[in-house]
Amino acid sequence: MADLKKHDTPMIDELKKGPWPSFADDINTRAESGVQCCYDLLGQMELSYVHKETHWKHGGIVGVFGYGGGVIGRYSDAPHEFPSIAHFHTLRINQPASKFYNTKFLRKLCDMWDHRGSGIFNFHGSTGDMVMIGTTTDQLEPIFFDLTHQFDMDLGGSGSNLRTPSCCVGKARCEYSCLDTQAITYDLTMTYQDELHRPAFPYKFKFKTSGCPNDCVAAIARACTSIIGTWRDNIRIDQKAVQAYIGGEIKPNAGAFSDRDWGPFDIQKEVIDLCPSKCMYMDGNELKIDDRECVRCMHCINVMPSALRPGVDTGATILNGAKAPILEGAQMSTLIIPFMKMEYPYQEFKDYVELMWDWWMEEGKNRERLGELIQRQGLRHYIVDILGRKPIPQHVKEPRSNPYHFWKEEEVPGGWKRDLAEFRKKHLA
Amino acid sequence: MEELKKKILDFMTKKGKFKSKMYFKDLCKADPDAKSREIKKAATELVKEEKIEYWSSGSTTLYGLKGAGKSEAEQFGGEE
Ligand code: HEM
Ligand code: HEM
Ligand code: SF4
Ligand code: SF4
Repeated sequence: MADLKKHDTPMIDELKKGPWPSFADDINTRAESGVQCCYDLLGQMELSYVHKETHWKHGGIVGVFGYGGGVIGRYSDAPHEFPSIAHFHTLRINQPASKFYNTKFLRKLCDMWDHRGSGIFNFHGSTGDMVMIGTTTDQLEPIFFDLTHQFDMDLGGSGSNLRTPSCCVGKARCEYSCLDTQAITYDLTMTYQDELHRPAFPYKFKFKTSGCPNDCVAAIARACTSIIGTWRDNIRIDQKAVQAYIGGEIKPNAGAFSDRDWGPFDIQKEVIDLCPSKCMYMDGNELKIDDRECVRCMHCINVMPSALRPGVDTGATILNGAKAPILEGAQMSTLIIPFMKMEYPYQEFKDYVELMWDWWMEEGKNRERLGELIQRQGLRHYIVDILGRKPIPQHVKEPRSNPYHFWKEEEVPGGWKRDLAEFRKKHLA
Repeated sequence: MEELKKKILDFMTKKGKFKSKMYFKDLCKADPDAKSREIKKAATELVKEEKIEYWSSGSTTLYGLKGAGKSEAEQFGGEE
């Protein structure tokens, strides 16, 4: 083996101090096991810290034959200094619904990636996919062949495509789940294969499915279309179990937070007073819920899971339009359809998807997310004219706030103008 | 289909003089009467025939005539 070249990285090394695990440690460990690209990765990152500028070039004509997504092209703009990351492409892999694998599968996948790439994984990306970070152009087709022939896996979504649909663990393990999230994710992935792999959208599009309003996959924050399990009948109450919580025989919150002494469980303080719609009360020894007022927030169910359960007439609430673009600022999904039955083959849902896509593909500007189009043309227009639905009070928009900091010119060294010749000296391409 | 493919190629060749990469939405202007679904099918075939190719930034995808603009080797070498 040729000598490994280690770059001097004083600033990156700072990241290894402190109480938290650091990606710098992980990449360094990998480098020390004999992988040159990991040294070069750290070296180039150090250089970016010095220059306060990135040295990656975005994008390119990379991909596997016939696919317009799944591979994210990355090139170094200092290839002579860091030859082993001259190309350093990322692959997204379509994860199984709810991210179930066995260790044998994972080991084999790691072996393949050690052999054909950097060995660095991101499990899982914010998109949900398994993200394989760093390989060369000539390895792309062999990796795709291995994935499809040995692992029965497909590339995930990237670019102006439907991104890999993702979901919470759902009925596979969770008793709260009002939806078969895995079945929905699988069906959407299969139905919209072509949209996943061959780009025709103005920009990316995401579906995320949560089995219940606990929303542990953050469907509201991340998806153009959030599918969130809910129920339209009444919360099921086991009055005996309610008494057992009050009497202290069953621990609240399924025993979570029990490391500190919070005193005896107080149903008034911990459940009834915290119900956002104030629709719960004690009628003597009986817990009562005015279900018409319940907003399905899950709070009471989370605190007393043995006594309270979601109803049995289950389906989904559909929301649209989460996004995090820089210009307009981040936005959560907005409620569009309060309740829809979600049963195979999900025809009602698909009819709605097609209305939504047709409008977005026709009216959306290049690089405009569905949420931005709704903002631009108006929620009313979308709900009434495009979807043909009647507006309801829940459609009223909340005030939004902008979490991004925008720099003023005087705060930036050199202002908005910079010397192009100076810039080119540092960035070859 | 063949007719549509030809329209797309002609459009891209004409437009390609100014811009080597274009959005899918731009391709739709090749034939304003065709449904975008039809344009997509035609574009997919053109990709399979290696007449056009995808270019992706990671977050956005564009289409270009095969070989137009920066080539793979140029991207890699960093020379312009
Ligand atoms: C090689 C240089 C890099 C470039 C040009 C780059 C750019 C990008 C782009 C375009 C995406 C996809 C965004 C989308 O979904 O539309 C992405 C995803 C991501 N990047 Fe980077 N990135 C680079 C390196 C890094 C580094 C060094 C880190 C962390 C230290 C990082 C962390 C991530 C993460 C966590 C994601 C999300 C992955 C996913 O959700 O699939 N990236 N990056
Ligand atoms: C108050 C500060 C922050 C808030 C409120 C916040 C919030 C969020 C939220 C809501 C998500 C989406 C989670 C999801 O996909 O379900 C996210 C993802 C992410 N955040 Fe933050 N964040 C904060 C600070 C940071 C900082 C300081 C970093 C990095 C140094 C960071 C790195 C990331 C990354 C890499 C992801 C994507 C994770 C993935 O690939 O799955 N965040 N953040
Ligand atoms: S979102 Fe709800 S159904 Fe899904 S895993 Fe979390 S608690 Fe369970
Ligand atoms: S789910 Fe939420 S709104 Fe409904 S009764 Fe329980 S605490 Fe109240």
